[in-house]
Amino acid sequence: MPRPAPLNRRPRPWAATLALLPLALTVLGVYVGTVLWSLRLSVSSSRIFPRDDFVGLAQYLRLFDTERWIVSLQHLAWFGAGFTATCLATGLGLALLMDQRVRAEGVLRTIFLYPYALSFVATGLIWQWMLNPELGIQATVRGLGWADFRFDWIVDQDKVVWTLVIAAAWQASGLVMAVMLAALRGVDEALWSAARLDGIPRWRYVLSIVLPQLGPAFATAFVLLAVGVVKVYDVVVAMTQGGPGDASEVPAKFIMDNLFGRANVGLASAASTVMLLTVLALMLPLWYARSLQQRRGGRR
Amino acid sequence: MTALLRPTALARAAALATAALLLSTGALAQKAEVIHWWTSGGESAAVKELANAYGAAGGTWVDAAIAGPENARAAAINRIAGGTPPTAAQFNTSQQYHDVIAEGLLNDIDPVAAKEGWDKWLPKPIIDAIKVKGHYYAVPVNIHNPTWFWYSKAALQKAGVAGEPKNINEFFAALDKLKAAGLVPLAFGGQNWQEFVTFYSLLLHVGGKDAYLKFFKDHDPASVNSEGVRNTLNTMRRLKAYTDPGSPGRNWNDATAMLITGKAGFQIMGDWAKGEFANAKQTAGKEFGCFAGFGASAPYMIGGDVFVFPKTSNKAAIEAQHKLATVITSPAAQVAFNNRKGSIPIRADVDASKMDLCAQAGVAALKDPARHVANPDLLMSPDMVGAVQDAVSKFWNGTQSVDDAAKALQAALKR
Repeated sequence: MPRPAPLNRRPRPWAATLALLPLALTVLGVYVGTVLWSLRLSVSSSRIFPRDDFVGLAQYLRLFDTERWIVSLQHLAWFGAGFTATCLATGLGLALLMDQRVRAEGVLRTIFLYPYALSFVATGLIWQWMLNPELGIQATVRGLGWADFRFDWIVDQDKVVWTLVIAAAWQASGLVMAVMLAALRGVDEALWSAARLDGIPRWRYVLSIVLPQLGPAFATAFVLLAVGVVKVYDVVVAMTQGGPGDASEVPAKFIMDNLFGRANVGLASAASTVMLLTVLALMLPLWYARSLQQRRGGRR
Repeated sequence: MTALLRPTALARAAALATAALLLSTGALAQKAEVIHWWTSGGESAAVKELANAYGAAGGTWVDAAIAGPENARAAAINRIAGGTPPTAAQFNTSQQYHDVIAEGLLNDIDPVAAKEGWDKWLPKPIIDAIKVKGHYYAVPVNIHNPTWFWYSKAALQKAGVAGEPKNINEFFAALDKLKAAGLVPLAFGGQNWQEFVTFYSLLLHVGGKDAYLKFFKDHDPASVNSEGVRNTLNTMRRLKAYTDPGSPGRNWNDATAMLITGKAGFQIMGDWAKGEFANAKQTAGKEFGCFAGFGASAPYMIGGDVFVFPKTSNKAAIEAQHKLATVITSPAAQVAFNNRKGSIPIRADVDASKMDLCAQAGVAALKDPARHVANPDLLMSPDMVGAVQDAVSKFWNGTQSVDDAAKALQAALKR
């Protein structure tokens, strides 16, 4: 069935089209081009140099026969869940506190947002020292007299992923706070006046009236965080180098190791293709849901 | 796209581009651009010796230092593939560049090798790594042995350890004494490459040369069930109890610092650790000691660095490559470079009097071909080394049984 054309449809000015052309070409050439190139390499036997032979799905079979790749995926799932949940909760909490008209809000906002401006290679090293049982928090608390104090997650194979969550969430929570705060400021003050007149407590107002309006902000923050999860690499390299053993290996590190250190371009390309497909599998339903919503007349 | 993939077309393009580049700078013949990753204080002082020697021979050294071995190798590969190769590029003495040779993208340096008689005096493991199908494709710069045992004299004295351990039992007895004295017996860096160094050091020095060669050279899957490999795995398991809880993730030089400050007794690490002792103004034989395996005739592992020479047909560039190869292997440059680098020269006919105790022991070992053993990078592809490394790291850090670890190593060999 033909849909009615939107009323505001006008031909785009040619100057704008022309101005956008270089960007469009860059996107096509650089992004799409390199994606296709990796796809091609992932079905070749490339080692240190690209090769133009065809080996079918051999690299993929080998990939999923590699234990380190499987555990990398598991770690990514744990890290992703812990990281997004912590960031959203902390970011929202901070934003709600900020919104109470605290004094020196500008200073606090800068402080909370500051970690996001720092490079993880530097801060990861500091986190590594703080979490190291013999140098950092554990040693300090023990030095103060609590001789039984234990905080050695970073050397514990079962808990090391959570230290990555702590460090990464410390960095990204401020960003979530900024996004949430902006959305909170967009909530109409008159609503609170009306709710107060009805005798509704503040917490109930936040829960039932404010939070539902933050939907788009949540979506934005989630997408930003999810991108960070998929490409997580620097924090691991700076803090644990994937260790102890393979307890904090992640897919991006697997890809980099095979691409450079192990001269295994074919396998690395197969791994990055799998990552791309995973992201697409997660994003496509989301896009589809959104376009459905738009078609039904929702303006979100 | 297919044209881009075809290496011969690539090589031709590379050669053309280089030729064009060099024609335009014809006046500056003998100019040699060298990609390497020697960027730390001691390392750059060492490479300066090579640059000076090349300058004294009438050439111009153009330094292209890139921090980090992987980055430097990736840059060299990219420039070779992209058609603007440097005059020379550093690799480890290994199979890292064998694919590049197979693609026909390196010049051989047979004329220099023939003139200098490399066949006669280069250690066999090095020849095996740089001579492919009868042609020499790389010039060795130094010899590193990654399997040295280092110890702090102060720590050993405090613990009442009389002398250097002569076998693995004496080694464990010394570790026990150190532990009893409240010191960290073994300074350990829990990063997977260091765990791997420990594995092959023990395989060579505890498991024995035969077991080592069966595993690393022959890639024999049955070898993982040999007594040598099993002994090694058991020894590793025992050794873990002598490391401290802070070891996972520790850098190798932080582990060396534990010896320098007398907090720890031993460290198993390559001879590059000497640089750390030197920076702390400590001298071999005085504050710290070293032994390359147990006993006077222990096998001496050979690894190190080489320069390869990317393909070019330009005469001036080839001359520069040959001159580089000649200068780098000359005895004077060898001693000057290696004294600063911590490694030992590639030739035994040098004046060892100005070297430290450890290097002198290394040169002595070099004179006995029966002691030479190639390091794993020379015997396995980077891919297989990585797979073995993963298996070792899993065993060291987890509670995996020796049987399961042997199976994992076997799977790695079948890659």
